[in-house]
Amino acid sequence: MKWGLAFVAPTMIGLIILNFYPFFNTIYQSFCKTGDFGKGNIFVGPKNYQAVLAASETWQSLWNTVKYAIIEVPFGVVIALILAVFLSKKIAGVSVYRTIFFLPMVCAPAAVAMVWKWLYNTQFGLINNIFHTKTEWISNPNIAWISIGIIGVWSIIGYNMVLFIGGLQEIPGDYYEAADIDGASGIRQFFNITVPLLSPTTFFIVQTRIIGALTVFDLMFMVMDKTNVALPKVQSIVYLFYQYAFTNGNKGYGATLVIVLVVFIMIITFILQQAEKKLVYHN
Amino acid sequence: MEGAERRARQRKIIMHIILVIMSFIMLVPFAWMILTALKTKGEAISVNPFYILPHAGWHWENFGTVWKSYNFVVLYKNTLLLIFFRVVCACLTATMAGYAFGRLKFPGKKFLFTLVLIQMMIPAQIFIIPQYLMVSKMKMLNTTFGLVFPGLVTAFGTYLLKTGYEGLPKDLEEAAMIDGCNVGQRFLKIMMPLTRSSMISLGIFTAVFAFKDLMWPMIVCTNAQTTTLSAGLAKMQGQYGSEYPTMMAAATLAVLPMIIIYVIFQKQFVEGIATSGGKL
Repeated sequence: MKWGLAFVAPTMIGLIILNFYPFFNTIYQSFCKTGDFGKGNIFVGPKNYQAVLAASETWQSLWNTVKYAIIEVPFGVVIALILAVFLSKKIAGVSVYRTIFFLPMVCAPAAVAMVWKWLYNTQFGLINNIFHTKTEWISNPNIAWISIGIIGVWSIIGYNMVLFIGGLQEIPGDYYEAADIDGASGIRQFFNITVPLLSPTTFFIVQTRIIGALTVFDLMFMVMDKTNVALPKVQSIVYLFYQYAFTNGNKGYGATLVIVLVVFIMIITFILQQAEKKLVYHN
Repeated sequence: MEGAERRARQRKIIMHIILVIMSFIMLVPFAWMILTALKTKGEAISVNPFYILPHAGWHWENFGTVWKSYNFVVLYKNTLLLIFFRVVCACLTATMAGYAFGRLKFPGKKFLFTLVLIQMMIPAQIFIIPQYLMVSKMKMLNTTFGLVFPGLVTAFGTYLLKTGYEGLPKDLEEAAMIDGCNVGQRFLKIMMPLTRSSMISLGIFTAVFAFKDLMWPMIVCTNAQTTTLSAGLAKMQGQYGSEYPTMMAAATLAVLPMIIIYVIFQKQFVEGIATSGGKL
């Protein structure tokens, strides 16, 4: 009995200091104003919330974050699923393809974003030069959010694909053999066997990716210069949080933004849990 | 039957074409990164004519220049120390807690494990401000300890290792118990070695996560001498954003070591990251 408590003690003490205390402290700080020179907290009640909810940039950045997710999640999932189905067939070079697609997962997003920023460069970038265009990929407010989303998709395909391959391996081969005998085409097999039997995996990926996409920060931070005119239409809610809490030193306002984000994520999670019962095929 | 075979082969060719195109899309950014790193600035921003390959010689010395001028030795050292301590701390605390949650009985077990699960569901951004204030109060800004701090323990790792320990057969431990081994001996000599694969997954996941993290090092290590590769790149971009070959050489230096390790230990990497449950 003593052993058990002793073994979990380091982890539990750590979680309390590093996570549970900070959780409540952030909530407390969202009701406070940081004093001058970063000294002390002055209780101000719901003032931060009034300011955050009244600011149009809050809603804009929340919308920007959702827009990013609307690109990253569906495209990242569908492309990954197609690739996973291909790689589950007996074709040559599976491990080479897998290695290549998974590559972005081991690269620092800071570096990835720098490279893409260079690819997107209006004057000298590879993309504009190859297609002989002059598109302002990251400085046109109407396009920049799509460009950022493309980096997100490119970065996450390999990860989603590996999870899909794992899910596909669990589908018994007999289903496909039976379908072959019945003469069902590959596409019909895909929609009638693969899609429903894979739905638990798909749901898991979609759920984790939605939450991941809603907390996006690195790509916006690295790709968008502070002077970029498209920044207000691209910056995510975590980006805004970082700016207020750590660049401007307004911890109370930053804490409030992060609470807004967490509440938003909780609502989305709740909706997803409800949807899970309807959408996922259970054996 | 011949027709069916031919159709199967055609299908395979189409799949290969799509896979090759996708591979190309995945690799072009890497190729362009390295090719730009080998050019002069004039070549990199030359549009007419537009050079794909370096035209006036391959400037390998760009790597040496950026290595010296941005002090990559320090960045590598800081990143390695961060990874080392995060991995050691995570594996150590998680294997102990995972063993207790998976195999032992003790009061409050259910409640404490619920706390572990709750931590996994909360977005990590909510912890950052107080974590920063704690590090700052301890006067640990710009130190390795400050970098490691949020990763001293891991709820996810505890969960992962608990699952690992639960999956081990019961009789092993019972036999050792009859032989008179106490809990500590059973854990160290019998059970822990058997969860090696979970530990490796956790180690790889922790290492890659620490390597990729950008926001935390930017917050606690603002000094160029104390920061990591990721945050160092952000600093460089802020100062020398339009020196394209230099920036691409820096990006290459930042990602290359991890890519090489990944290519060697592919299988473990893919498994380790895939078990991370989307926390990356």
